[in-house]
Amino acid sequence: MAGGIKKFVVGSFDDEAVLFPAVKNVRKAGYKIHDVYTPFPIHGLDHAMGLRETSLHTAGFIYAITGTTTALSFMSWVFTKDWPLNVGGKPHFALPAWIPITFELTVLFSAVGMVLTFCYLCQLSPFVKKHHFHARATDDLFVMAIECTDKTNDAEVQNFLQKAGAKEINIQVAETGWWIGRYDREQKLYREEKGY
Amino acid sequence: MNNQFELPASYKKWTWGLIIAGVIALLYGFIMFHPFAPAEHGSGNYSSTRFWAVLLQNSVYWLLVVNASMFFICVTTMAMGGWQIALRRVPEAISSVVPILGIITFLILMAIVWSGRTDIYPWLDKSAVAKDVILNGKSGFLNAKFYSIWSAVCIFMWWILGRKMRSLSLETDKNGTMDYETGKKWIWKNTVWASLYTVFFGLSVASTAPWLWLMSIDAHWFSTMYSWYTFASTFVSGMSLVALFVIYLKNKGQLEYVTEEHLHDVGKFMFAFSVFWTYLWFSQYMLIWYSNQPEETKYFIERIGTARKSGPYHGLFFLNLVLNFLCPLLILMRRGVKRNWTSVSVMAVLIIFGHWIDFYQMVMPGTMKDHAEMMPFEFGIAALFIGLILWGVGKYLTSNPLTAKNHPFLKESMIHHT
Repeated sequence: MAGGIKKFVVGSFDDEAVLFPAVKNVRKAGYKIHDVYTPFPIHGLDHAMGLRETSLHTAGFIYAITGTTTALSFMSWVFTKDWPLNVGGKPHFALPAWIPITFELTVLFSAVGMVLTFCYLCQLSPFVKKHHFHARATDDLFVMAIECTDKTNDAEVQNFLQKAGAKEINIQVAETGWWIGRYDREQKLYREEKGY
Repeated sequence: MNNQFELPASYKKWTWGLIIAGVIALLYGFIMFHPFAPAEHGSGNYSSTRFWAVLLQNSVYWLLVVNASMFFICVTTMAMGGWQIALRRVPEAISSVVPILGIITFLILMAIVWSGRTDIYPWLDKSAVAKDVILNGKSGFLNAKFYSIWSAVCIFMWWILGRKMRSLSLETDKNGTMDYETGKKWIWKNTVWASLYTVFFGLSVASTAPWLWLMSIDAHWFSTMYSWYTFASTFVSGMSLVALFVIYLKNKGQLEYVTEEHLHDVGKFMFAFSVFWTYLWFSQYMLIWYSNQPEETKYFIERIGTARKSGPYHGLFFLNLVLNFLCPLLILMRRGVKRNWTSVSVMAVLIIFGHWIDFYQMVMPGTMKDHAEMMPFEFGIAALFIGLILWGVGKYLTSNPLTAKNHPFLKESMIHHT
């Protein structure tokens, strides 16, 4: 599931209060933010980055009604068509007795489905590798990766980040997607291929 | 922001319109239904029963609804909640109606019990209780003396503890901004009183009060889920009432710090507690349906009837489920709906009406049997209570600042983000 190899200007910030205006200014200047990596979830950062509302909950709803339908149709088929049993003289179509199971299956489908969808959207999975822009993004740094195109003047971007308050700035050439295998994957002879 | 809110003329018009309509309905009932005549169920005359049953339903329902807003304040205080401070004066105002409705409810309950309305509470009939093993066993709890004392204690404690919480909040307006130490002390004091209220709430609303006031209508029957179910019913309506007043005041340009983020959270309460109500409703129904014991199924047979013959409350019973479960679940599920002032107001009205129906079908089958009515009289009495709530809330809102501006957590509420 490789996303392709691209060049990034990576700026690391050590203060949330600096990061927010930086994100705003970078967007205003017209640079494309690939992503911002933070040690902890930050309220409102998605908004500042201009990310669209997630549709994860819509997916969750669809998984949930799939669970409801599965449970109800399976139980009604088993208890009325396939193997009708007399349980305490209750009708074969014993809806109240099925509600707890229907509820559980609804929750199960939506929970498992949403977790898997979430992992897919975040490109997380066991055995799968992703490029780390900065190891300290898991500790105490807020790492902003700006995507470069052929026309981007990366010195200018670096200057810009410097002014925006970044503590560490560097240029990285990296795989954007996820892959299975070794971490040196992104070190492919990129410069020669694209003529940088 | 320092402008004191003044009630618009339309608010007063509605308040007095509803109260007058309610008083007319009450007088009509008083004259036409002969409330002090004994019940003559043999002759099919249910008028006097109807009078007391409708009063019982409405007084208990609206009292518990307004009382729920003080519960909301107390649990959010105990949870160190900050988001609700911007709108906190609204539930405070609603809970200030508790003494008024409490006294009215108490008078109604006492009138029912001490005039020996066995048509409402069968356990009031001493000769029947003596012959009845089940009622005899419950007579230590279900007797007029205990009923009266405990009802009085419940209402008095809601009043006193609620008043303490309100006065703690109001005294911050006079004393100015708190420094760290004072604020800490004040929050601690709030937490202590809130916990006292909540403990007593558990002993009253979440257990004994609904047993005495409502469940004992069907004196033979009992359900361990009943009080929780009643609590959920009134809490979700209480939150809807809070939402309605918040939206109203916001429309009038008050509550400057309340944004759709706060509305979203109130909407979440409405959504979540509708589901909670359904959980209890269903648990109560399903266990009784499943075990199929005659003494338990009686309650539902009175309402929905049997497979062969549907009962008189069949339609209402399932309407209840549609209004209070399906509608909130499907409509309030989306984020956009909870953040929209119009859709939340519509849903709030729907939920309050739905739970009024819920209380109707709690009270009527045991008292009116197959003869329940839903005529202008029933709605008129409801209008009387709504009018009284509007009057009491309006009085509180006009005499106190609408934002608790010195509350230590106000900042947290201002920057609240859902």
